[in-house]
Amino acid sequence: MIATQRSVSGSSQSPRSPSSQTYLSVSVTDPVKLGNGVQAYISYRVITKTNLPEYQGPEKIVIRRYSDFVWLRDRLFEKYKGIFIPPLPEKSAVEKFRFSAEFIEMRRQALDIFVNRIASHHELQQSEDLRTFLQADEETMERLRSQETGIFKKKPTDFMQIFKDVQSKVSDVVLGKEKPVEESNPEYEKLKHYIFELENHLAEAQKHAYRLVKRHRELGQSLSDFGKAVKLLGACEGNSLGKAFSELGTKSETLSVKLQKEAHQLLMNFEEPLKDYVRAVQSIKATIAERANAFRRQCELAETTKLKEINLNKLTLMRSDKVGEAEIEYQELKVESEEATRMFEIIVRLMNEEIVRFQEQKTLDMGIAFHEFAKGQARLANGIANAWRSLIPKLEVCSSS
Amino acid sequence: MMGSENEGFEEAHLYASKEEMENLVLDNPLNDSNSYSNYRSAMSSAISDTSHPLAPSILVTPADSDPILSPPPYRDHLYRNSPTESSYIEPPPFGGNVSDVNGVENHSLNLDNFGRFSRSASWSTSSSSDSEYVKITVSNPQKEQEASNSIVPGGGTYVTYLITTRTNVPEFGGVEFSVRRRFRDVVTLSDRLAESYRGLFIPPRPDKSVVESQVMHKQEFVELRRVALEKYLRRLAAHPVIKRSDELKVFLQVQGKLPLAATTDVASRMLDGAVKLPKQLLGDSSVVVAPHEVVQPAKGGRDLLRLFKELKQSVANDWGGSRPLVVEEDKEFLEKKEKINDLEQQLSNVSKQAESLVKAQQDMGDTMGELGLAFIKLTKFENEEATFNSQRARAHDMKGFATAAVKASRFYRELNAQTVEHLDTIHEYLGLMLVVHSAFSDRTSALLTVQTLLSELSSLESRAEKLEATSSKVFGAGKSRNRKIEDLKETIRATEDAKNIAIREYQRIKENNRSELERLDKEREADLLNMLKGFVHNQVGYMEKIANVWTKVVEETSCYAKENS
Repeated sequence: MIATQRSVSGSSQSPRSPSSQTYLSVSVTDPVKLGNGVQAYISYRVITKTNLPEYQGPEKIVIRRYSDFVWLRDRLFEKYKGIFIPPLPEKSAVEKFRFSAEFIEMRRQALDIFVNRIASHHELQQSEDLRTFLQADEETMERLRSQETGIFKKKPTDFMQIFKDVQSKVSDVVLGKEKPVEESNPEYEKLKHYIFELENHLAEAQKHAYRLVKRHRELGQSLSDFGKAVKLLGACEGNSLGKAFSELGTKSETLSVKLQKEAHQLLMNFEEPLKDYVRAVQSIKATIAERANAFRRQCELAETTKLKEINLNKLTLMRSDKVGEAEIEYQELKVESEEATRMFEIIVRLMNEEIVRFQEQKTLDMGIAFHEFAKGQARLANGIANAWRSLIPKLEVCSSS
Repeated sequence: MMGSENEGFEEAHLYASKEEMENLVLDNPLNDSNSYSNYRSAMSSAISDTSHPLAPSILVTPADSDPILSPPPYRDHLYRNSPTESSYIEPPPFGGNVSDVNGVENHSLNLDNFGRFSRSASWSTSSSSDSEYVKITVSNPQKEQEASNSIVPGGGTYVTYLITTRTNVPEFGGVEFSVRRRFRDVVTLSDRLAESYRGLFIPPRPDKSVVESQVMHKQEFVELRRVALEKYLRRLAAHPVIKRSDELKVFLQVQGKLPLAATTDVASRMLDGAVKLPKQLLGDSSVVVAPHEVVQPAKGGRDLLRLFKELKQSVANDWGGSRPLVVEEDKEFLEKKEKINDLEQQLSNVSKQAESLVKAQQDMGDTMGELGLAFIKLTKFENEEATFNSQRARAHDMKGFATAAVKASRFYRELNAQTVEHLDTIHEYLGLMLVVHSAFSDRTSALLTVQTLLSELSSLESRAEKLEATSSKVFGAGKSRNRKIEDLKETIRATEDAKNIAIREYQRIKENNRSELERLDKEREADLLNMLKGFVHNQVGYMEKIANVWTKVVEETSCYAKENS
């Protein structure tokens, strides 16, 4: 079942309607296991359909693996500070599940959503890195993947750690553990508090959602076992009672199948979106950290520039021969400082836009998730009721005979 | 066969719908019970306790600080959310209003409340002619002091229970009467019944539970025992033969000390037997089993010699040495026995799976509830922190979802409480299997007695023959020889009598076995069928309710549906 979540940002075109002026539509499909043993990994087909001039043609198919997606995310995070970069599914820690069909499908779905969110974001979709990702041949991609730059010199697995470092740094700042070089913006404070709290609430909800999936599986299993046992009892009893038992047992086994199906639906259409929500919030936290960095840099540069200015004036008054040098330094610093301020202000502006979009998107995503959940549960309950109900006339016959 | 009282819907009160979600009680005490047999016994105790109109719903002696007499907290758990006076509070009907249920199904719902009753196993409630009844209630436990000094240190006090009987059966000579009995009396009753009604499937009595005297008085223990006693006595009164027994009548009616022979312990019996043995061997007392004793198995009695003989015989039987003279329907009996064993195994298997089914349903309900609660917290959070309308909209959606999840969770748990009751029939019949085995062993030991006597008879007769054959040979030994022959002939006659009585007893037990098996088959079929019906109706009812809850959410979130294809 294709993911039902699509980013719908205000100014984007619908990714799947070629009839509108420009379109960029991506899908991540066909997971294939490659390699052997410890080196084994999954590769995906990424299919791009577009009429944008920047792209090489109307359709392009490339093969990508998980770390390529990580590369893309890291590049975007580096370049588009202030924007909430769509989250990636976790690199699975547990070896056992790395190649289970369910895990692979969940990951594929999440990667598909990831790319499409980028493709439908009015700023991110213009990224050159995105174009590279969607079009470059595998060798180029491999080369790029291995030369990581910026703060992401570490391997992708450590990105979570970086997140955590950044998180703790932010918390330190928020909690006032460090020298308080932070914005005194009450609205922003409220937002930060909201984001941190939200993550906790969501994580708990997701935990229960996952357990609920397990419960469905367990109930399914026990219905199956119960059905088998009842059928054996029926065989032992014989006559009409035996028949009744045997019917009951069969029905029970049928329902077990329904429950397993519903467990899967629940996992894909509810638990996974919730997890995605949690990841999105974590991504926002990373942006918050970036903003804090930018603010600090802006402050530091402003201060340094001020000092340089004072120094320059001093030197000018003293008619020192160092004035020229100082003047150049000062000018350079001034440019840098202004740049830093500009960067910071961009981040603030972007974040404000992003948060609105984020809230709207999440309302939509959760609405869909609730809808699917309710549909599934209603379908399941009705299925169970109907199955048992069909037994009633048969039981009546048994007792009258 | 169907209990006419509304047994067992009280459990619904535990989960009575309250609209304030914040007060959702997820830590319902029954959820915490680790073992499901606790859960089950909690359920069944709720059932048996509330059905009888005479049952006082709570033991109240406010002034008295005696722990026995104050309402035990254990029972408070069960009735926490329900007012105890009215036993007929509107149960949340599983089928909803009539309009909820498809008209087609209505006719089958003449079992209307059926899905909500505890299955009332035929052999635990009166099923014979509708007009006559014997209703027994056990209540009012009290501590009493031992009249004479007890040899056992730390003894001296014991608990008595008030046993009230209400009946219209003329043999009782009364409509309502009460006696006070202690547990030891119940053991006596049970033992006397086992002796008098060998071969019948007599309901098993509650366990003795050897515990310290301190624990004896703990209110929980007393309460559990009270419940168990009531259940036991009711079952006795429901058994077509036992209900008419003198032993039961005496137990229920005679005031003061129970006039039934007390059961003596095995040790003193053995002691008595050992005293008798030398005399028997020396020929002083009768070597022949007294007729009235033939009627009882050797094991329980004082006759060690007989015990040895029968042991010898059973060994001979097993080794195929002597062909048992009574073989006839043994084959049919063995077939039946096989079938019972097979049945027992299947029942046990179903019982195990039923327990895990119940657990899975419980977990489903619990986790659904926890999910709902988590979203309620989220709703509150979003509402408090909302700066955007999209947040408020989301909070609204979440609330609808969370409410539904909490409701569904309640339904799951209500459904489960009743599933437990219904499936309890399996456990009841499993317990009955033990009784059947014991009735079968009554038969086996009676047969052994017959065989022993037969072989003894045959060896006595051959001795007599030999003696007569030697007559003419030796002159002068005639007088003592004749006396010996006379004695032998006397012994043979007595043994012959004993043999006839033993055979009659054996036949009687066989007939008991047969009629009981027939009754068991019939009642089991009815009870299990009812169990299935109850189970199925229950599932249908609650699943419909759960479906409705979620359908509502589907409608409320349908605006999001058009996003998908």
